[in-house]
Amino acid sequence: MAKKKLKQHHIDRDWCKGCGICVHFCPKNVLELDDMDKVFAARPEDCIACKLCEIRCPDLAIEIETE
Amino acid sequence: MSTQVKFVQGNEACVEAALYAGLDFFAGYPITPSTEIAELLSRRLPMAGGKFIQMEDELASICAIIGASLTGHKVMTATSGPGFSLMQEALGYAIMAEIPCVIVDVQRGGPSTGIPTHGSQGDIMQARWGTHGDHAIIALTASNHQDVFAMTIEAFNMAETYRTPVILLFDEIVGHMREKLVLPEPGEMPLVERLRTSVQGGVNYHPYLPREDGRLPMSDFGGVHRYNVTGLYHDMWGFPSADPGVAHGLIRHLVDKIENRTNQLARYKEYFLEDAEIVMVSYGSAARSALHVVKNRRNRGERLGLLELQTLWPFPRDIVREKCAQAEAVLVVELNMGQVMQEVKKALDHPEKVFLANRIDGVFITPTDIRKILRLIQGKGV
Amino acid sequence: MALKDYLRQRFFPHMWCPGCGHGTVLNSLLRAVEQLGLSKNEIVMASGIGCSSRISGYVDFHTLHTLHGRALAFATGVKLSQPELNVIVPMGDGDALAIGGNHFIHACRRNIDITAIVMNNRIYGMTGGQFSPMSGVGINATTAPFQNIDRDFDVVKMATAAGATFVARSTTYHAQQAADLIKQAILHEGFSVVEILSQCPTHFGRKNKQGAAADMMERYKDITVPVGSKKKAENPDLIERGIFVQEEAPEYCREYDKIIAKAMKG
Repeated sequence: MAKKKLKQHHIDRDWCKGCGICVHFCPKNVLELDDMDKVFAARPEDCIACKLCEIRCPDLAIEIETE
Repeated sequence: MSTQVKFVQGNEACVEAALYAGLDFFAGYPITPSTEIAELLSRRLPMAGGKFIQMEDELASICAIIGASLTGHKVMTATSGPGFSLMQEALGYAIMAEIPCVIVDVQRGGPSTGIPTHGSQGDIMQARWGTHGDHAIIALTASNHQDVFAMTIEAFNMAETYRTPVILLFDEIVGHMREKLVLPEPGEMPLVERLRTSVQGGVNYHPYLPREDGRLPMSDFGGVHRYNVTGLYHDMWGFPSADPGVAHGLIRHLVDKIENRTNQLARYKEYFLEDAEIVMVSYGSAARSALHVVKNRRNRGERLGLLELQTLWPFPRDIVREKCAQAEAVLVVELNMGQVMQEVKKALDHPEKVFLANRIDGVFITPTDIRKILRLIQGKGV
Repeated sequence: MALKDYLRQRFFPHMWCPGCGHGTVLNSLLRAVEQLGLSKNEIVMASGIGCSSRISGYVDFHTLHTLHGRALAFATGVKLSQPELNVIVPMGDGDALAIGGNHFIHACRRNIDITAIVMNNRIYGMTGGQFSPMSGVGINATTAPFQNIDRDFDVVKMATAAGATFVARSTTYHAQQAADLIKQAILHEGFSVVEILSQCPTHFGRKNKQGAAADMMERYKDITVPVGSKKKAENPDLIERGIFVQEEAPEYCREYDKIIAKAMKG
């Protein structure tokens, strides 16, 4: 099975509580918290679509769309 | 088809009636003096395709029947004093979540372990106020096996009609005594079946939105309507709400749906009340002795009458008031310290004319016990 | 079906604190249900009282939010009366093992086909951080101001001893494994228990100097090992993850069907 490539990070800013779990565990350091303590993809080009952020997010606020 | 006559215990009469009413799920835990109900149903229910489960305690028993009611079944549990105490929390849940179920309490002496094998009527107020918070409750009782049968049917019918738990407050004496029971033919007694919603799947179904007639159609768990059931204050979808308006409306609804129908829910029997100077008010096994005294005195020309209550909650205050209006004295006969007497006093304009004939020692009240009190009321000395 | 289609989205964001592991358990649970392709109408979720128990409000199944500790008793009534339903019971550690301990061991013993998920955060969170039966000795809690002297117990061992026929453990750090274990637990015919270590940064982490949510999850990585790992023999304090029990035994509802058949024959 070929590795899936990132198409887009879908982040629900209303649902995100800024706990930082996704930022902490991202193996490629793609994610950051903004001034409002909401997550955003600062370096999407580095994303390997491992979905570790998506499956661990306690707020169900991140979805990784792959090609 | 010939009429079926049986010679049974009161507990067995309750079982026969529950099966007649369509009971198909029972959960319970052994406790004297109600155990025969569980024993009989462990055999009879699977014979009829229904289910019986013996749970780990009474807490679990009442919870299990509430769960089974939600999947669309007619359910019951049976217990006695200590077990009834354990059930109070979930009884409140069934009231709050409006889940039809029947809870039998075959009363024994209390408080605590008390006297398991002897009779009492000490749980009248526990049935009313045992669970916390403002609420209304329906509780029925009976003095003989034919009435145990009838009231058990009524309990199932009221539970379904009003989406509420109904308590059957029998006592050890009626529960264990053997007497004749005539079983009605199928179809002879009217039964109320679960009212299910006619709302189609995909359309918004509101489990807690009453129809114009006040009834709340249900939808079985596992069906097309997915909703929430909770013991928290909740909105018409069943979801928790802290809105004061929602909370107020909910509590009013839970109380009004029963209290506003007090007369409609009243079941009672009356004997020689037309011209009675002394009216006895009694219920359950105690009413048997009261009736005996009334009949004997009538034979001697004394104007005694009996109002036998079968609905204890909501307390039929209008009926008690009306039936006792002309009486010079009202004698409440019961096996406790006056739990119903206090209600009778509240219902009457002249509470000072209400007297109590009771026993609290686990011994059945006899006609002689009642006659002693009558002599006092009639000024004939001890 | 997309994961969000299993949610009652109008109630989001949910009421759990930032970084609460219970949200990750919900996440894992939905993945399991999605991978199994279950229909929302065939799932009943019963829960008790506490932070964990609020999970039932968020999922678009038939949901029964019950009394503290009693979810399994309600669920037993649901399952036995309607055995074709999938019944899932998420519980907190205090909910499942203190006030609901008796119901827990008897549900294990009966082997009724219910999936119990113990969301173990070692604290009573809803009431503000009192010690639970899973806190253990030396823990700080609002009711253990001089440190806890109450010993904890091992859910896996207790469920096993009580007769559960599927027993597993994972953590919110190992969310993928947690989802897989829940999936297997739902598929298992019999009573299944999945314990998931779930961080409470607000009431447990802060009082016990375990850092933020992510630090607590890092700790799960450090203190757990797969079942049967050699490291466990070297360091008995490590907590094993994975499947501990997976066996076939007569399931309660099926056995009761046999009772009905026997009774009807007369």
